[in-house]
Amino acid sequence: MRHGGSSGTELELGWRAREVEQELPELRLVVAQTQVGRPSSLTADSPPGIEDRLRELSNRFRGARAVGVRREPVPAAYRVFFRHIGLDPDVVQTPIEAAALQRMLHGGFLSGGLLEDILLIALVDTGVPVWALDSGAVDGPLGIRPSGEGEPLGRSSAAPLLPAGRLVVADASTALAALFGELAPGHEAGAGTRRLTLFAIQVDGVPSLYVEQALWTCHTALAGP
Amino acid sequence: MTQSEQLVIECGAPAQWEVAERAARSSLKTQVARLERELSAIVVDAFPHLSPAELPDATGAAIGGPCLLTLEALERTRDRLAGRVQDMRRLAAERVEHERFSRELLERMKLEPGRYKFVRLPVRDLGQGGCGVWEVRPRLGLIGMLAGWWQVKLSSGCP
Repeated sequence: MRHGGSSGTELELGWRAREVEQELPELRLVVAQTQVGRPSSLTADSPPGIEDRLRELSNRFRGARAVGVRREPVPAAYRVFFRHIGLDPDVVQTPIEAAALQRMLHGGFLSGGLLEDILLIALVDTGVPVWALDSGAVDGPLGIRPSGEGEPLGRSSAAPLLPAGRLVVADASTALAALFGELAPGHEAGAGTRRLTLFAIQVDGVPSLYVEQALWTCHTALAGP
Repeated sequence: MTQSEQLVIECGAPAQWEVAERAARSSLKTQVARLERELSAIVVDAFPHLSPAELPDATGAAIGGPCLLTLEALERTRDRLAGRVQDMRRLAAERVEHERFSRELLERMKLEPGRYKFVRLPVRDLGQGGCGVWEVRPRLGLIGMLAGWWQVKLSSGCP
């Protein structure tokens, strides 16, 4: 299913396995394809504009907000969803709370390279986490399903094996990421990747506008200055 | 009961059970959501004095990864969370009581410093931020100690 985001970005809704759709009807995988327009590598230092934005967000995101973030509507929605899928958000932090903790530990949002910075800006701005896959390593449309017993996470020979029933983001043939977890080795966007498949996970209580905004932030920042 | 009625009931039973289970799961999820919001509210209001990490079951609760929870797993999640909310409520109430006692103690220290010689009361115990400490000390050091001149002073306490 395709639809244009309110931002003008072409967004696609990922498929869901039947049992996922029945059990978690509010769960959505929203996908956007992006062409990198910047000449620099995705792991290179961010240009001044991006670093300035990170600094600005660091100044805005102070201790009081870091503590209270769990009560904001979007982060709270992810916390609730974590509970619904068997994760304890006090043990496995939601992406925005993990970012807030890093902000407090390091005194600011540290730059980790162009792509990492852009994903972080989108996360802090909206509360919605975005992941980036190398489009060249994706086979068909993305969706969410439970894993099979011993199924590899990714197509690499060193792929870790998953237990049965783990919720994963998958393409037509392979699991590419654990839901809210790490991407499969070999499928992440690398330094020279030019075409990215961005995806965000929308849960109950997160308005579509926030998800579109998060993807649009990444899309426009990657497209160029 | 005729044979055809029995067939209808047997065919219908699993579907009814499925509907009932779905309703139960939905209800459990709503309860989990409410409890999670309540827990977050307690934690934020009581920061930095209370943290869910202080609770005994704080690290042993995760199942291991994201998955579709069975009805039993959802019940366990709800029960564990309800227990945690109750524990946090109790700790928050104890904290309120502790702060009330500390405020009263500070008032008494100010009224009769001579009765509370060298008593130290961190501002944290009063529910305030920072690392200051209220302390009853002799005025003019040794002379004050011999003469019984006591006063309450707030030291910054920060390293």
